[in-house]
Amino acid sequence: MKKLFCLPVILLTAGVFAGNVNGQVTFQRLLDSSKEPQNWLTYSGDYAGRRFSTLDQINKANAHALAPKWVYQTMATDRFETTPLVVDGILYGTGQDDRAFALDARTGRPIWQYQRQLPSDIRPCCGRVNRGVAILGDKVYMGTLDAHVIALDAKTGSVVWDVAAVDYRKGYSFTPAPLVVKNLVIIGVSGGEYGIRGFVDAYDADTGARKWRFYTVPGPGEPGHESWEGDSWKIGGAPAWITGVYDPVYNQLFWTTGNPSPSNRGEGRAGDNLYSNSLLALDADTGKLKWHFQFTKHDEHDWDATEVPVMIDLGEKHLIAHANRNGFFYVLDRATGKVVSANPYGKVTWSKGADAEGHPVAEKSSTPTFEGTRVCPGAAGTTNWMSPTYDPQTKLFYVTAREQCDIFSTAPQPYEEGHAYYGSAYFPNDETEPYWGALRAIDPSDGKIKWEFKHPSPTWSGVLSTAGGLVFSGDAEGNFIAFDAASGKPLWHFQMGAAVYAGPMAFAVDGKEYVAIAAGSALFTFGLP
Amino acid sequence: MFNTKEYRLRRVSFSPKGRIVLALAGVSLVGLLTMTMVVGADDKNPFAGDAKAAKLGEFQFRINCAFCHGLSGRGGGRGPDLTRARKRHGNADADLFRTISQGVPGTAMPAGTNGGIGVGMTDEEIWQVITYLRSVQVKAPEKPVGDAAHGKELFYGSARCGTCHMVEGKGGRLGPDLTVAGSVRSADSLVESVRNPSRRLAQGIKEAAKEFPQEYETVTVTTPDGKKITGVTMNEDNFSLQMMDADEKIHLFEKDKLKSFEKSRESLMPPYDAKMLSDKDLNDLVAYLLSVGTK
Repeated sequence: MKKLFCLPVILLTAGVFAGNVNGQVTFQRLLDSSKEPQNWLTYSGDYAGRRFSTLDQINKANAHALAPKWVYQTMATDRFETTPLVVDGILYGTGQDDRAFALDARTGRPIWQYQRQLPSDIRPCCGRVNRGVAILGDKVYMGTLDAHVIALDAKTGSVVWDVAAVDYRKGYSFTPAPLVVKNLVIIGVSGGEYGIRGFVDAYDADTGARKWRFYTVPGPGEPGHESWEGDSWKIGGAPAWITGVYDPVYNQLFWTTGNPSPSNRGEGRAGDNLYSNSLLALDADTGKLKWHFQFTKHDEHDWDATEVPVMIDLGEKHLIAHANRNGFFYVLDRATGKVVSANPYGKVTWSKGADAEGHPVAEKSSTPTFEGTRVCPGAAGTTNWMSPTYDPQTKLFYVTAREQCDIFSTAPQPYEEGHAYYGSAYFPNDETEPYWGALRAIDPSDGKIKWEFKHPSPTWSGVLSTAGGLVFSGDAEGNFIAFDAASGKPLWHFQMGAAVYAGPMAFAVDGKEYVAIAAGSALFTFGLP
Repeated sequence: MFNTKEYRLRRVSFSPKGRIVLALAGVSLVGLLTMTMVVGADDKNPFAGDAKAAKLGEFQFRINCAFCHGLSGRGGGRGPDLTRARKRHGNADADLFRTISQGVPGTAMPAGTNGGIGVGMTDEEIWQVITYLRSVQVKAPEKPVGDAAHGKELFYGSARCGTCHMVEGKGGRLGPDLTVAGSVRSADSLVESVRNPSRRLAQGIKEAAKEFPQEYETVTVTTPDGKKITGVTMNEDNFSLQMMDADEKIHLFEKDKLKSFEKSRESLMPPYDAKMLSDKDLNDLVAYLLSVGTK
């Protein structure tokens, strides 16, 4: 009886599996990612940036039984920030020092591994990290720390094309996962601590030819150029180091940008410093700017806006939500860029509130001084690059929050090409004032915090929500935790042995759901017994 | 004065908080490795005595070094006082250059090149920093101003520091080990930690990849059977607690099994005011710690 029962199951599984492995990822599949919940096809899981999985096999009722299924070790130091993709049973990830790998998603066994031979004089400001690949057709794409964009054969890891975007010696690098739209591989540059001039690039997915570049700091004659003092625009920063999202209705990319350079000193760059710390709506075909919203004008606190923006629909309203590093949670109209609401979601001392246009008004007392000025949030912000999630079932936005104030000091620093350029130092204000972290559930309709789960120390873990009524996130103490999405009650946890600096994701193979997250130098997957 | 101190000590020892914890802050067992690399005699600072270079060095220092060593180089909770003439890893220009550019293995001191301190310094910038450090260095080698021998007597005697703190393998376990405190801390910050121990709690275990170290926070729990225990946090996460009570007993708890759990940033160590410990005695105590730490 048992044998007879098993046979058709095996045949069915093998048939589906073989067919899928040879299936190519098309733009249409990326658009329709919700139709194949077993796969995780883009950095944030879908074009809307929701990091929401419609899988519900793992749910509130059985989450307590979750157990590790396999672990993949890179054995590399530095932070492991990847969000892997899963396509038809194969998991594609990246790791420290620009490695990439393809694994059997059921077992964690490697199929191929790629290791970039990096020059010794690269300029990674904040770790030798990479956050993931994008996929289209039979290729996976990644940006590298020496500022190249490369295409790897999805079946072998062989380099198909390799394009130098810009001279890394000037302080440029790539750390985020690219986003594929149509036949374009889109990626933003890192290097805001080196006085770069930021940009977002699009490359032909087949050939690597650059199709467009949008400079996030406008040059002479371009709108916004007047927001820079003198020649400061040339070294204005405004990197774009987190993966954006795509709105097919308006054929519009939403990309966020980082701090103006030098990050903690405004002297010498008087003006708003567009388009630093902004949300950009770019035409996906041409890279032309449709509109922008600047979250922090003339920033002096390193408050990059490089947090994933999330497209949400509330009734008839097409919105984009953004939990910003400056401590405000913004909801904007997707078509116009007009602010619907801007509310603090953590401790904020630099502004008492937003003006009529939704821009928080900076208090003069928050400007860094030579002796140091205490400001909340600190330089790492109320949140940072760790991905938030939006759950369309609970209609809540979940974000990892940090509560840490810093003492911001400043000092002049001459610019020198390729060298560190941020003009100041900042310190945790750790005298009697503790720093801590939290997972917060925000209702985008009113900006109110519906629940909070406090962490003993701030964490850098992203958040995943699933149709199983669950939210997953990690902590700095090494736990991976499943929460009841409605109440914030922890239902399960597993101690992974090292802090999390990555976002979780979900996938399924052979009808079994898995949840994965990187911690330490290992990628962990969990499933039901 | 003496009576007041005795009273305070006795009162504290009978309180639920248990014994006094001398929670000197920021002490970690870093900086014990000896560098053995031979450096050529011609490794001299090209900017020696150059005030302009010192100013540039100050800016570099603030950007790259101040996070741990303080804005003025006098140390903080994290890194040693660099205004002291005697540096643990060598005093010569070449030693300083090597320490900054290569870091100190086994300690929190990273290499000063790309991917290490801040976002990297050039050789020239490192020499500027050294020039700055020379300009703020105290002129004479720092000598303990107090009587170290008397300080040791106080430590293990009437001041009762040794009840909770270990120095060179001798003493209590509830507070941080102070063997290298005199090396990595400035005299001023040692004084502050004695007079006002809660101002900046001592750092405890630092886990790989974790952003912040555990601090010597005070914790009070009520166990499932109703017993109340107060002690210091050895480590903690969202779900578990590892603590040491005043009898140096380690307790391991799952938080959801506890009847109550309460943390405080009020150190278990009482503030030693001038009545409990005179300025002269405190000087002697600091002299003892400096003499041990800079051995």
